[in-house]
Amino acid sequence: MTLTKKLLATAVMSAMAATSTLAQAGQYSDDEIRVAYLADMSGTYSALSGPGGLEAAKMAIEDIGGSINGKKITIVSADDQNKPDIGANKVRQWIDVDNIDMVAGMVASSVTIAVNKVVEQKNKISLVSGSAASSITNEYCTPNSIHWVYDTYALAHGTAKAVVQEGGKSWFMLTADYAFGHALERDVEKVVQENGGEIVDKVRHPFPTSDFSSFILQAQGSGAQVIGLANAGADTTNSLKTASEFGITQAGQKLAGLLIFLNDVHSLGLKVTQGLQLTTGFYWDRTEETRAWSQRYFERTGRMPTMVQAGVYSSLMHYFKAVQAADTDETQAVLQQMRDTPVNDFFAQNGKIRIDGRMVHDMYLAEVKKPADSTNEWDLYKVLRTIPGDEAYRPLSESQCKLVQK
Amino acid sequence: MISKSDNPKVLYGVLLGLAILAPLAIYPVFLMKVLCFALFASAFNLLLGYVGLLSFGHAAFLATGGYITGHILTQWGLSTELGIIFGTLAATALGYIFGKLAIRRQGIYFAMITLALAQLVFFLFVQAPFTGGENGLQGIPRGNLFGLISLQDNLSMYYFVLAIFIFGFALIQRTIHSPFGQVLKAIRENEPRAISLGYDVDKYKLLAFTLSAGLAGLAGSTKSVVFQLASLTDAHWHMSGEVVLMTLLGGVGTLFGPVVGAATVVSLQNYLAQGPLGSWVTVILGLIFVICVLAFRSGIVGEIQKFMRKNFE
Repeated sequence: MTLTKKLLATAVMSAMAATSTLAQAGQYSDDEIRVAYLADMSGTYSALSGPGGLEAAKMAIEDIGGSINGKKITIVSADDQNKPDIGANKVRQWIDVDNIDMVAGMVASSVTIAVNKVVEQKNKISLVSGSAASSITNEYCTPNSIHWVYDTYALAHGTAKAVVQEGGKSWFMLTADYAFGHALERDVEKVVQENGGEIVDKVRHPFPTSDFSSFILQAQGSGAQVIGLANAGADTTNSLKTASEFGITQAGQKLAGLLIFLNDVHSLGLKVTQGLQLTTGFYWDRTEETRAWSQRYFERTGRMPTMVQAGVYSSLMHYFKAVQAADTDETQAVLQQMRDTPVNDFFAQNGKIRIDGRMVHDMYLAEVKKPADSTNEWDLYKVLRTIPGDEAYRPLSESQCKLVQK
Repeated sequence: MISKSDNPKVLYGVLLGLAILAPLAIYPVFLMKVLCFALFASAFNLLLGYVGLLSFGHAAFLATGGYITGHILTQWGLSTELGIIFGTLAATALGYIFGKLAIRRQGIYFAMITLALAQLVFFLFVQAPFTGGENGLQGIPRGNLFGLISLQDNLSMYYFVLAIFIFGFALIQRTIHSPFGQVLKAIRENEPRAISLGYDVDKYKLLAFTLSAGLAGLAGSTKSVVFQLASLTDAHWHMSGEVVLMTLLGGVGTLFGPVVGAATVVSLQNYLAQGPLGSWVTVILGLIFVICVLAFRSGIVGEIQKFMRKNFE
């Protein structure tokens, strides 16, 4: 009996050893490291990710030297047109036909969730930089995906908490009437109430809306100190423009933007957006390192990077370093290496990748500068404070992710 | 069907052979997408090409088929065939309701009513809890065919989709060549005359509309199983526009036109997305549409038919 047990144990052990050696020591599929970049290249989200993100990815490849341990790095890219079927199909084809090892970028959350399912099924890696939905690491979490830059939970919590603590106790919520808006609204309400504030009133606007006058008037009439914008993209820019026309900030009410990117503020201008408080995962003009990297990016693209574009570079760099250290492009070995190593670069300090796929790093509460305080075209934010990563992101104890054991 | 003199059976045989061998050369998931959209466009063409009704709300049927099938497969755990059947039935029922309301008007008013109804359905899918809003229904299981053949494998999935497509296509072919189809064409050519001949035109229109909606739903159901997702893209009015583009580009009122049109549009979307023209897909599609309308109005297949008739008959 013991003999058979021993034999069995040895057999299992050697089998395991065999598979683990198979996964390590210079094993590279196709003798190349193949990465892919998927994003909206032409539509609504192309300014915050798009071609700029591809440029950031190419920078990462150049900075690591174009090859790792003698294996060449190649990149393919595609426009998902914000359609989940096109995105998922493209990635499936990349994996089946072109044998890619990982995919980066990804913006529209419907595309991301669809792609993550394919990536999980095929055991590859996806590094999500563009998407906002916190459900990517919650109910839709997968062991093969890492959500790098930000999520709705962190944005809502960061901004709402800071604003309430600074005395913005009464809130009016302007919410886009679809699942994303509702989720954001819920998160904000919770934080506001927990910190002793109250929601005076709220209004839901159809998605998408171009005329916000009636909603802004309602917000103005509510007498709330803060107007929270639980919407995104064109809805946010339209509501900001309307608010500016009605002189909301001049009259003493504060605006809290919950999903606003550097490119939005840049294109709207400081006159419209001044005084707006927001949470961001990255701002170019924060430290020496961020300035140095962003300057290089600026020289290539003529624009300062959004947090998404910086995140694409950071996530790919971390991947490349993990491949280098593990000396293989085998998925599980690389993922393990990525999780074991803290993320330390211009983008994040001591960032760590959690079991649910969330890359936890510090977020920043920023305020949009007044036109008089801005010294150049891209001098847009004043960083008010750092929100520690553990405070910013959803704690694992609240997670619904299947990978989190309770 | 390129010309009446040669035997269509030979043509069908050759095409079937090509379809069976195609996945050896071309990526099967891409082919499945082409087939789904080809069925969708053919269903649309049944209305536009043979009854002369321009529906601008066909996305609603595609999406209904997809969402209902997706919901049934993920939540109720029924088998794949049943999921697709229920999805198709739901779209057919919706088509009956749409048709009942829309066929009372003609021309542009008909198009606007279908568009308005489709927008209502879009709103429903944005708001309804079971659709997952803008994230869509994700992770729909492909399941097993008849509980035996695993559809996880792309090849077996492809042949399943091919069988569905052939079923839908044959149904359309039979409809067009039946006496019922002859009446539809008569309505297209001259509606008052069809009425004066004693045909209950509304009944014919309604039946054709319902049939077209059902087939569009079948395409949507199949698509949701292939991609394992159903999303708002399918319900958006862009999709209603895209199917018009496919049909006109391929050749309206020809049996193979929509198939060719769908293949062209889907290939452009897929292959242009990758490569240097990545961010120009929508512009290029628009240009092609403009050129098609200006230069060859009867579409790719329509022009080929004209050419054949001119030179070989």
